[in-house]
Amino acid sequence: MRNKEIEDLELAISKVIKYGVLASAAIMLIGLIIFLVTGSSGYPGSYYPTSLVEIFQGLIAFKPYAIMMFGLFLLILTPVLRVGVSILLFLKEKDYTFVRITTLVFIILIISFLLGKAK
Amino acid sequence: MATFFALELFLIAILAGFLGSLLGLGGGIIITPVLTLLFHLDIKYAIGASIITVIATSSGSAIAYIRDRVTNVRVGMFLEIGTTLGAITGAFLAALINPKFLYIIFGLFLLFSAVMMLRKAKNELPQNVKPHPMAKKLGLDGEYYDKVLDKNVEYNVTGVFGGLGMMYGAGLLSGLLGIGSGIFKVTAMDLYMKLPMKVSSATSNFMMGVTAAASAGVYFLKGNIDPKIAAPVALGVLMGATIGTRVMQRLRSKTLRLIFIPVLVIVSVQMVIKGVGI
Repeated sequence: MRNKEIEDLELAISKVIKYGVLASAAIMLIGLIIFLVTGSSGYPGSYYPTSLVEIFQGLIAFKPYAIMMFGLFLLILTPVLRVGVSILLFLKEKDYTFVRITTLVFIILIISFLLGKAK
Repeated sequence: MATFFALELFLIAILAGFLGSLLGLGGGIIITPVLTLLFHLDIKYAIGASIITVIATSSGSAIAYIRDRVTNVRVGMFLEIGTTLGAITGAFLAALINPKFLYIIFGLFLLFSAVMMLRKAKNELPQNVKPHPMAKKLGLDGEYYDKVLDKNVEYNVTGVFGGLGMMYGAGLLSGLLGIGSGIFKVTAMDLYMKLPMKVSSATSNFMMGVTAAASAGVYFLKGNIDPKIAAPVALGVLMGATIGTRVMQRLRSKTLRLIFIPVLVIVSVQMVIKGVGI
């Protein structure tokens, strides 16, 4: 069953995760170092931004907590991205059973996020 | 002070990521008690850090496990239907069901599984597994290169629907109780789908990040994820998971199972105790 196409596909998935992890780790580390060195989070008290708009505004202003939150956001996004990219990869391989399976997982994932958010 | 706090979190997170990637657990079972009992952090932030731990362990270990083909990507993606659906149901049922009841049922089930696992403690690899027709159809059977045995291990997958059902249970568990889903997944794949132990552990890790991502997104927006706690934890876990993937591939499946069984017993006893309410 294992052939070259499946191997390539799995390597591609592994790479998506790798780049997601490396990017988020680098960003979190930069934010954390600036926070520890300067002793300032960029926000008053123990406040930290939790909305994407606020995080992006903080990123532009180079606020350590915004940088760290952005890194954490990328980390959370990576598995979702992995599922999304897998759909495209299976589509490319014309493996329609797995296109359906991964699309279903992707949809359930989005629904459960929206449900949780609405709660 | 802040630096010392971050360093402590980082070091403990390395341990959590290491054990998590080794055994296919999220690592949350280590981080949550440590943060609440040792650091006296509010459970609100401990939960946030715990979910980040699960995602970091999953992604951090997936890089190497997929590259080295230990992860069965197809099995993982297929079973993710069960875990994600279960998680949604769990979130719905949370208001309706008394969790005590569930703690007892799942706890007893895991305890039973620990006994079953002990009985096959001597088997390095699954023997004479009859391939399931559905496994053939979906192309789930796989192979990996075992670095200890120094050979290619080919394996068949059985119990496809039972496994999917158990993944639904695992998702339900994480949606309802927020715990124990990794341990449930590994058990299901090892005992009922008859995957090699290393493949079970790696595939459980692979799947975990997906189920956790939806709840992590919600926690993120609700402010449970505090950067000064979560960022050092995430970095430590990623480092620990990277070390864990290397060590795991150099351990025998028997050894891995011997580390896994006590953890399984501890978690199941804890669940039963919680359920009985002592």
